[in-house]
Amino acid sequence: MKHLLALTAGFSMGVGLSLSGMINPAKVINFLDFAGSWDSTLIAVMGSALATTFLGYRFILNREKPLFDERFHVPTRNDLDGSLIFGAVLFGTGWGIAGFCPGPAIAALTTLNPEPFVFVAAMASGMIVTRALSTATQHRKSLQ
Amino acid sequence: MITEFTPIQGLLGGGLIGLAAVLLMAGLGRIAGISGIFSGLLNAKLFSAGNEQTWRIYFIGGLLIGAALFGSIVSVDVAFISSWPLLVIAGLLVGAGTQLGSGCTSGHGVCGMARLSRRSVTATLVFMLTAIIVVYFVRHIFAIT
Repeated sequence: MKHLLALTAGFSMGVGLSLSGMINPAKVINFLDFAGSWDSTLIAVMGSALATTFLGYRFILNREKPLFDERFHVPTRNDLDGSLIFGAVLFGTGWGIAGFCPGPAIAALTTLNPEPFVFVAAMASGMIVTRALSTATQHRKSLQ
Repeated sequence: MITEFTPIQGLLGGGLIGLAAVLLMAGLGRIAGISGIFSGLLNAKLFSAGNEQTWRIYFIGGLLIGAALFGSIVSVDVAFISSWPLLVIAGLLVGAGTQLGSGCTSGHGVCGMARLSRRSVTATLVFMLTAIIVVYFVRHIFAIT
């Protein structure tokens, strides 16, 4: 059941990203480009997704636990650290360059064009290298 | 490259993205952040016995099936405007940035903002503003693709 639900949620995400046009990098770039041919579709997508999630979470997070797990795995941190800000700057830079963020890029793999494969391979490399570096840094800190 | 404003598809698609987030929280108690779910797949121990992380495979699998099925029924407009070198640079930045910043458009922008998380609201404002500035420089000042 747990896996069927994850599959269904992923399916809904995949259809949503395609239907909304977010898998089209040109559409995303046009939202971010106020000096070009502006396309405000992303506001409708984000607004609708946020409203749905906000309402759904109101009900769910008041429950004791989710249907198929012992607890909610929700982040509890509230501090604003350099890593969060620097990471958001790096992510925003990459997003602005290519118009791809992780969800739409993975969904766009299904178009079988080479571009999303190039992007997703680079993204996976970036994740692996960053994780290895931060593990090494933490290890060094713990030795001091 | 001109794209058409498509508010109806946007609202419906956004609703489905929200539905995905609600389903994953209601069932598994998990945030539907794609960068986090995907990076969890890049783990050598993913398939070891008793691993609690296999739901990630089903979620990404469902995402691919949903996008493929939709694309096979409706013709989806997709225009890739960046050259391969730019795609590589952008991919590396997005991979590194979402690891350091603990999230992307779905995790921070949708799920985190819906929880009114201070970290997510801040991260979303920062990556949105950064992206707007970067697009201005890339498209208009340097005019590179």
